[in-house]
Amino acid sequence: MTLPPFEHVVDRHGRDVWRFAASQVGRDRADEVFQETMLAALAAYPTLRDPGAVRSWLLRIAARKAVDLFRAAARAPVPLADAAGAADAAGATAPTNAAGSTLATLATLATGAAGFGAEPPVPEDDLWAQVRALPAKQRQAVALRFVLDLDYAGVGAAMQTSQEAARRNVFEALRTLRRRVGPHAGAAATVLSERPDAKREEQPL
Amino acid sequence: MSPFSIEERAGSMPPPAAGRWAALRAELAERAEARGLLDVAYATVDSPLGVLLVAATPAGMVRLAFDDEPADAVLAELAGRLSPRVLYAPARLDGARRELDEYFDGRRTRFDLALDWTLTTGFRRAVLAATARIPFGRTGTYSSVATAAGSPRAVRAAGTALATNPIPIVVPCHRVLRSDGSIGQYRGGAGRKSALLRLEAAPNA
Repeated sequence: MTLPPFEHVVDRHGRDVWRFAASQVGRDRADEVFQETMLAALAAYPTLRDPGAVRSWLLRIAARKAVDLFRAAARAPVPLADAAGAADAAGATAPTNAAGSTLATLATLATGAAGFGAEPPVPEDDLWAQVRALPAKQRQAVALRFVLDLDYAGVGAAMQTSQEAARRNVFEALRTLRRRVGPHAGAAATVLSERPDAKREEQPL
Repeated sequence: MSPFSIEERAGSMPPPAAGRWAALRAELAERAEARGLLDVAYATVDSPLGVLLVAATPAGMVRLAFDDEPADAVLAELAGRLSPRVLYAPARLDGARRELDEYFDGRRTRFDLALDWTLTTGFRRAVLAATARIPFGRTGTYSSVATAAGSPRAVRAAGTALATNPIPIVVPCHRVLRSDGSIGQYRGGAGRKSALLRLEAAPNA
């Protein structure tokens, strides 16, 4: 089976690659992840065996490029004042371990470091900062499931995991997000876990 | 507090705005070219004979199609026969587009474009090479180009070569007529062939 022209791949899937990138690194840095993803895909495109799998393949590359950018942000020197501010912001979201704290800091950097630093975080951005503070697999899974509306088989295909692992990653992500930004965030979160119907509420849809 | 569930809020990551998307695609084409990943670039040119699709490899212009060939089919053919690394990238076609504009304005009588002959081989390529030597304003016959290509009796095969000319106008197969002086066939239709001959008979009319 012959591959369609790459132009058609960009046409059909490019916007979703960008939306996924935006969910992982922020809208202001999504362009770079998009470009690196599409260039890597273009380089390898002639070797793609199954044209039907092009969408999952692109998203897999995008997930990798987003992680690369995340790591680059972690290595970049951070001005002291910014680091302190980021630490405060991270503290406010109450991460429970060192890894979570680093990720929350990075999430703040990802939204704040590229020119919008002076802008106070708007409530709608809060969710995305929290998504970016999740462990990589959960962050990717929850975006694939809800930003791109993939089913669990699709999430698994894009992440090269089983459908079951995909479901579990989304479930864990939602549980954390509900605790941090959901309607029961904050003090109510502890109450939530004690409510008899909490288990049912936490089932992924 | 947002009245929407986390699932609904996560689903609301809008795609890039139209202007940003257009800029992203243009940048992708530029970066693909810079990294040597753009095997086939294409663009369109408005002309008195309708919208022309033009395509070039790094070696030169490889294809020109009239608008009665569907663009998707032309691009699929290029992807299959040359490389699937095909992008809309007008910059590589700047020279071709300018020379075609000048030709249709009656200000150009020969094309100074590098040509990529990959899409045609053997005797057909020899016929087209002979055709390319017929000057502006002159005509040849199927028999004369067959002779020039080294097989005086292969008149019918010469006709097939001209009918499958991948770069019409630039390789001027419209200048090849029947021995009795009648106009003969043309890939873009007999109407376009006579229009080109009229243009060359009175370039400044």
